[in-house]
Amino acid sequence: MSDRFAPGFEPIVGRYLNLELLGQPHRLYVEEAGHGIPLLCLHTAGSDARQYRGVLNDPRVTADYRVIAFDMPWHGKSSPPPGWQDADYRLTSRDYVRMIVEIADALGLDKPVVMGCSIGGRIVLHLAHEHPERFRALIGLESAAHVEPYYDVSWLHRPDVHGGEVCAGVVSGLIAPTAPSTARWETLWHYMQGGPGVFKGDLYFYKVDGDIRDRVDEIDTHRCPLFLLTGEYDYSCTTEGTLDVARRTGAEATIMKGLGHFPMSEDPDRFLSYLLPVLARIRGM
Amino acid sequence: MIERLAELVNADERLVHRGRFVDTTFLLDLGDAGYLIRIVDGRIVTVTAGPFLTPNYSFALRAPREAWETFWQRLPPPGFNDLFALFKQGLLRIEGDLHPLMANLLYFKDVLAAPRREATR
Repeated sequence: MSDRFAPGFEPIVGRYLNLELLGQPHRLYVEEAGHGIPLLCLHTAGSDARQYRGVLNDPRVTADYRVIAFDMPWHGKSSPPPGWQDADYRLTSRDYVRMIVEIADALGLDKPVVMGCSIGGRIVLHLAHEHPERFRALIGLESAAHVEPYYDVSWLHRPDVHGGEVCAGVVSGLIAPTAPSTARWETLWHYMQGGPGVFKGDLYFYKVDGDIRDRVDEIDTHRCPLFLLTGEYDYSCTTEGTLDVARRTGAEATIMKGLGHFPMSEDPDRFLSYLLPVLARIRGM
Repeated sequence: MIERLAELVNADERLVHRGRFVDTTFLLDLGDAGYLIRIVDGRIVTVTAGPFLTPNYSFALRAPREAWETFWQRLPPPGFNDLFALFKQGLLRIEGDLHPLMANLLYFKDVLAAPRREATR
């Protein structure tokens, strides 16, 4: 035998779920691994659930958690709804909250933990505000109450600029310079594969509709524990933005050294060193 | 720093390939000095130091010298590791016709970051 890399399946299982979401039929791609407390993972704007493969494949996580990561409609291997060609995609707070609740119900999850990054880190604040009783705990990665627009997002969707390349170009600096090269470029590849206008449509939630600054003070972390993890190199959701949410809600916040805006994907090992203690805490609650 | 930019970029075959459709001149402004950088097919063909009377360029990147010097450190601190990080902080101004920049963003980010390869700290 040669010393070739032995072939082998990962423990992740991916399936397509047909369900009604937001009043329309949807075909949703869902991956999962592990047993125990349901941990529903939300990917960043313009990417997909592959970002969580480091978490899904880690036996230290899956020994106690049933990790589930889905591609949002329009993202990854999930389809856009029928008739998508007749409207521009634009994610709103209302639809995003409802989608998560409907998916958790469709999967029959009993008080899941929800962990989201970036737009997912923002929506967990909305979940904490609107539905604290439905979740065992919430984990916000790269989470802030609001992010001011700082560049013209129309560059992300126009026929004379390659959408995949410009989306990757826009986010590339959000990855910490210490990230392993393979993981960095895999993270960018996900952005290069996004559908036309999808990243831009997600940013409508991130930079406009998802602003929750006026309600952050009403979040009661006694009703639903909230943990915040933010990479020091994230200049989109800044460490100050996260610490402000922590101060106003009583959430536990940790600034992660050597990580940026895509911690679970840009440097999974380093990220897991921060995530595992949080998961242990939640398990003990 | 800037004097070596052409050599560093042109020696990187993959970077030149990534910029193979770039044909433009941009202005790099360090506050106390300016350079017109002419690119043809992804290769830097001339770097011309100012001052300029009537500079002709597609877009300009303007930041104070201290910001660029921190940006060019081998391992830049948070806020200085990327053009957009400088931009979000308000340290970098981007002006002019942005199309060549945005259509080739990964290329230009690495062209501007090329001096890091020779950074001593």
